Amino acid sequence: MTGFVPAPPAAGCRNAPVLKERGQREVFCGLTGIIWLHRKMQDAFFLVVGSRTCAHLLQSAAGVMIFAEPRFGTAILEEKDLAGLADANAELDREVDRLLARRPDIKQLFLVGSCPSEVIKLDLHRAAERLTERHAPHVRVMNYSGSGIETTFTEGEDACLATMVPTLPATDERQLLMVGALPDVVEDQALGLLEAMGVGPVRCLPAHRAAETPGVGPNTVVALTQPFLNETAAHLERRGARILSAPFPFGEEGTTAWLWAVAQEFGVSPEVFERVTEAPRARARKAVAAAAETLRGKSIFFFPDSQLEIPLARFLTRECGMTAVEVGAPFINKQIVGPDLDLLAEGPVIAEGQDVDLQLDRCRAARPDLTVCGLGLANPLEAEGLSTKWAIELVFTPVHFYEQAGDLAGLFARPVRRRAILAGLEGAA
Amino acid sequence: MKLTVWTYEGPPHVGAMRVATAMKGLHYVLHAPQGDTYADLLFTMIERRNHRPPVSYTTFQARDLGADTANLFKTALHDAFDRFHPQAMIVGSSCTAELIQDDPEGMAATLDLGIPVIPLELPSYQRKENFGSDETFYQIVKTIARPMERTAHVSANLIGPVGLGFRHRDDIAEVTALLEEMGISVNVVAPMDATPADIARMGAAHFNVLMYPEHAETAARWMEKTLGQPFTKTVPIGVGATRDFIAEVAQIAGVAPRADDGRLRMPWYSQSVDSTYLTGKRVFLFGDATHVKAMARVARDEMGFDVVGLGCYNREFARDIRKLAREFGVEALISDDYLEVEQTIEALAPEMILGTQMERHIGKRLGIPCAVISAPVHVQDFPARYSPQMGWEGANVIFDTLVHPLVMGLEEHLLHMFREDFEFHDDAGASHHGGAAKARAVEAEPDTDQEAAAAAAPAEGEIVWLSAAEKELKKIPFFVRGKAKRNTEKFALEKGVHEISVETLYEAKAHYAR
Repeated sequence: MTGFVPAPPAAGCRNAPVLKERGQREVFCGLTGIIWLHRKMQDAFFLVVGSRTCAHLLQSAAGVMIFAEPRFGTAILEEKDLAGLADANAELDREVDRLLARRPDIKQLFLVGSCPSEVIKLDLHRAAERLTERHAPHVRVMNYSGSGIETTFTEGEDACLATMVPTLPATDERQLLMVGALPDVVEDQALGLLEAMGVGPVRCLPAHRAAETPGVGPNTVVALTQPFLNETAAHLERRGARILSAPFPFGEEGTTAWLWAVAQEFGVSPEVFERVTEAPRARARKAVAAAAETLRGKSIFFFPDSQLEIPLARFLTRECGMTAVEVGAPFINKQIVGPDLDLLAEGPVIAEGQDVDLQLDRCRAARPDLTVCGLGLANPLEAEGLSTKWAIELVFTPVHFYEQAGDLAGLFARPVRRRAILAGLEGAA
Repeated sequence: MKLTVWTYEGPPHVGAMRVATAMKGLHYVLHAPQGDTYADLLFTMIERRNHRPPVSYTTFQARDLGADTANLFKTALHDAFDRFHPQAMIVGSSCTAELIQDDPEGMAATLDLGIPVIPLELPSYQRKENFGSDETFYQIVKTIARPMERTAHVSANLIGPVGLGFRHRDDIAEVTALLEEMGISVNVVAPMDATPADIARMGAAHFNVLMYPEHAETAARWMEKTLGQPFTKTVPIGVGATRDFIAEVAQIAGVAPRADDGRLRMPWYSQSVDSTYLTGKRVFLFGDATHVKAMARVARDEMGFDVVGLGCYNREFARDIRKLAREFGVEALISDDYLEVEQTIEALAPEMILGTQMERHIGKRLGIPCAVISAPVHVQDFPARYSPQMGWEGANVIFDTLVHPLVMGLEEHLLHMFREDFEFHDDAGASHHGGAAKARAVEAEPDTDQEAAAAAAPAEGEIVWLSAAEKELKKIPFFVRGKAKRNTEKFALEKGVHEISVETLYEAKAHYAR
């Protein structure tokens, strides 16, 4: 027993019954993953093959990013594409040729499937193979689906990374593969900690550029940085890699447990581990404590959004003193979030899937101090007197590892503090 | 297929949502895949609505494809009816559901809910958002409104305001006031805040005020034919248009054209000496047809600008906009491709752009001031303060909006006077804009390589600026420098001159003097 793994509660949630609901779901589709993936992969272009709705979604989700010459776009299907009057493949080839001629800096092109392209069974997989031949060796064309009928929000990143795994070069090298798109600043912190412990070589998926694409093989050990990478993990196992089981690196406890899992795998001594993590652990605890003053004793309710809900509930209940009422996730893979479920004390309803009206009924009945939900629900709930934290920000903001632990707690504390500050405004009208 | 990054309009079912969200007591059941609920946040975030849009989505997933999706739709329809008890419902398909052909119309017909359930035909692969709102409102009116006895005293319906409409909230208040001053009451405002029961009362009005042709023209025509209600053709944006609107209403309603313009400050502001510098400012207009049409007149006749180009993104109004462009002696741009709009703006190099959210960003990129006059807009254009576009207060708001991005007259004059000053120079920018003032860079020693390069024979048709002329050009205030450069080059080309000297610069200046 070491002091690096947090002591689990008397009873965790791993074997808690899961409330599975089906009905209307208020979630994003996987296309939204493009918003952060295109920032991470600097020589990639994401071409959605879809409808005006898809383009409109990306525009709405990307906000002002849309005006910064982004490396994504939508090939909008037109009437003639559907009526079979135009050969969809010829159309696609033409648009891709034009795109690549205009953007010679592009080295990876993703053809991203959407609901319309999946329903009409447009074979983007074959199109990607054909286009790869056509544009080799400058550009590699790949394909995945970000359609709403198949993917929810962050599953878009999972689908994208999973489609890359079979094409990764084979290697027998003993290495750590860190998987999940993190903001650069966070990735650098993680690499710095691992390097200080003498863990290496460490590679990242996704890489910044096609040229830095990592290899994979039987001596590869994988540390997932995001809980939603189910398909990607399965594909990596098929390539012979081993997936480390650990809580996700949110908060001081989560980060320490995650790093310790890696350290044990690479034979790092407790003394070295202690020396490397002591200062950042203290910093993280101090930073979290400031926000925890606001959060202690407050109840929290999670609507499903990104699959980050379970690890975040673990962080907020254990490190910030909150009480979880309901933890809803769009999908729960116990193999991957099991370590977080073990640390989450029993009590909250663990819910998978959604029937949004029924869930809203439960939320209104519970009147939690803080509700984590999407932007379609946040203002309506605020108007009913409930404080909300909009969930999308948790995916777009640096929140992993030690130095962000305070920021992460702060994201939840801010709406609670704000409601207290503005209490005098109530009834001003 | 067409590669698209930015779209001026969403798909047609978003237009239907704009009508549903504007109304009360109406519910929209939309057959759509998981993920299409993203559109909710346009209303909850951009418009800051404090309730969920009254839309239920079937949110089918891959595992539901096949026979199951039709059942999902029926269940969603029943659940929405039981939960929300609407007075009427609209049903339809999003782009994906259109492909799986579940026939919401047929399914809704088999369920007898005892309220009107109105099916919508919205072809997602041909039409767009504005068509969606216009068609949806038309179907609702056609289904529910009936001829009936007119109100005892003169009344009008205000039609066209929808959810996510540019300044629709405040335009309603302004137009209501204009009518009240003539003793005309408002019978029903629709879709905004109307219930299906209100729609049923629309026939009692004596006429319709068509506020936004984009969203209600089809309904206006139907009501004219079926309910015998004439509708107004003038959109009261700007002083002149508001006066014309009052005259038109007076004539339709048979009342005296009374107006209380005691609050109207715009004409004096525009006539006062500080506005003199606005004369002949070259502006380019782009947006939805209605706002472009109204603002072109404001720009030319009320601000004294020079309209150098205009266009719209909604093809439904292409003919109107082409006609308008001919009146203004400019080329019309009918396009929904922002790259084309950007190219046009670049070629025309206006001193100001009046456009949408997108043109604002184009302006930012090209360093051209821009004011927003039309949807699509972002959250800052759904302001907390009262800020109509229509009527007298609308004219006041427009004056402020159009002047603000420009350098104030006196400031422009001072910048021009002291353009050589070491602290108060044009690189410092305008005092009321962001950005730190930069001290004037110390003149570098003349670069001999550059001199040599400039002296080298230019390629055919290429223009070379001699360094003295380039230095002189830099003395011209930044907000007119681009135009001076372009005019000089054009003048030089016409004269067959390949080297621009200081003299060429001033000859061109005299040539283009206005």
